[in-house]
Amino acid sequence: MDEIAILSGKGGTGKTCLSAAFANLCSNVVIADCDVDAANLYLILQPENVYEEKFVSRQKAVINRETCDGCGVCIDYCRFEAISYKDGLVTISETSCDGCMLCMRVCGNKSIKMVSRDNSCWYSGTFNNGMMVYARLEPGEENSGKLVNMVRRKAREIAKEIVSNTIIIDGPPGTGCPVISSLTGAKKAIIVTEPTRSGFHDMKRIIELIESFKVKPNVVINKYDLNLDISCQIADWCFDRKISVAGKIPFDVNVVEAMLNCKSIVEWMPKSETSKEIITIWNKVSKDE
Amino acid sequence: MKVSLVDCDAEEPNVCEFIEGESLSWSTVKQKIPVIDADKCIFCGRCFEFCNYHAIVFLPPARFIQVVEDLCHDCGACLYACEYGAITEKEKDLGTIKTLNVNKSLKVVEGRANIGVYSPVPVIRQAIESLNGESLTLLDSPPGISCPFIVTVEKADFVVLVTEPTPFGLNDLKLSVATLQQLHKPFGVIVNRAGLGNGEVYEWLKVKSIPLLMEIPFDKEIARIYSEGKLLAEKKQDYQYQFTRLLKKIKHLLPWMK
Repeated sequence: MDEIAILSGKGGTGKTCLSAAFANLCSNVVIADCDVDAANLYLILQPENVYEEKFVSRQKAVINRETCDGCGVCIDYCRFEAISYKDGLVTISETSCDGCMLCMRVCGNKSIKMVSRDNSCWYSGTFNNGMMVYARLEPGEENSGKLVNMVRRKAREIAKEIVSNTIIIDGPPGTGCPVISSLTGAKKAIIVTEPTRSGFHDMKRIIELIESFKVKPNVVINKYDLNLDISCQIADWCFDRKISVAGKIPFDVNVVEAMLNCKSIVEWMPKSETSKEIITIWNKVSKDE
Repeated sequence: MKVSLVDCDAEEPNVCEFIEGESLSWSTVKQKIPVIDADKCIFCGRCFEFCNYHAIVFLPPARFIQVVEDLCHDCGACLYACEYGAITEKEKDLGTIKTLNVNKSLKVVEGRANIGVYSPVPVIRQAIESLNGESLTLLDSPPGISCPFIVTVEKADFVVLVTEPTPFGLNDLKLSVATLQQLHKPFGVIVNRAGLGNGEVYEWLKVKSIPLLMEIPFDKEIARIYSEGKLLAEKKQDYQYQFTRLLKKIKHLLPWMK
């Protein structure tokens, strides 16, 4: 089974539009939208027969004011600065609490208990070219990496069930835990960058991360014609490091038009230059061993 | 007016691609990682039980115990758990904080997480705390709505959300708004690349009574200026005025800032 991760480092370079296009070029494929902070792919792929399940992301410490004697031992032990005195009462900040349970363990009169947070969900559903798994992280929730792991696990289970040999992972921006979770175990990665100084800078960081995981990166320069000079610099940089540039896509307002119509560009304008380039890129990356 | 700009997108810090300055200071962000002394350890498994992050691998029959450093959250539970003095702590580098002097009125602080670090939160926290809060402080936030975003906006008096008028933009904006409402933060919205996409975002803002602070049109000239790491306000006079007006508008929304 091939798991292909679409990443970028920088946000807004076109990962999701490209993932949607790749999804439409496959048959019997499984899509894992791992941008659980801001899942967008379902807006284009419009999954049906959606199955929903709650996800317990973590536990939060809650204090019982009736039994708390205000000794403050928990405040001394908490390393997340989540506990403090407010108006003379020991108070736990829900957003700062990391759920480590140490306060509960050090409390002499058992005034702290842990409460599960289960407002995050993951979903699976069918779409034209296969199945997709996605998730919604409860706003303000931590542990997005754990939810990404869940989406990946479900995607693999579904791929086995429907005998699919390709999973496309639409990854989140950044280089931290949800990205690492999107990347581990993937066979190949497609890095979607743009010809801007910040896009180039972020691409170098994400490639460093990808290579440390022994995953092969393939670079796609999106909107390459917005700055030809930086596009060339990116291509040169990749060439020097023997990193494959799988293709370059022009800036095309039709990509936004397609999105407004809940379609990917290859569905919306299959004969356009942009679509042809995306097809070439997909053939190159998916067939590369 | 004195201004400090903190790059809180520690996973992909970009501010220094746009603004250069003379380096004032440089420091390392560290976290504590437990070290288990196999000679003192009696393999009771208490630290393994206490660790809520699965960061300790414990195989009693093989008398094997090991810390998985990447999973450790630096909570100190294992240290508390061990009754045999077998656990001590060492420091691990998470990233760097760099302070730059740009000119008399502007200072930049960059938080940069090391590649492979799971959570940028300690780096972001330390970058923000490195300032004394005397000046107007701008925090360039990471994307998303999870912990790196929360730790950034938590300290803010006002949040500026930047979106674009597309279905993706609106979807993400709604998530950010829901998060800020939970945190009871005042906020306003800038629509970037106005002219692309559709008008749905404007209708939504109206229905929700959310202030539209500014629009930046979709313009290839602006995209080119951005791509070269140049500043719009420096390249186009009109935008200096526009951004000054934006700051005034925000101050009106926040009476105590006047």
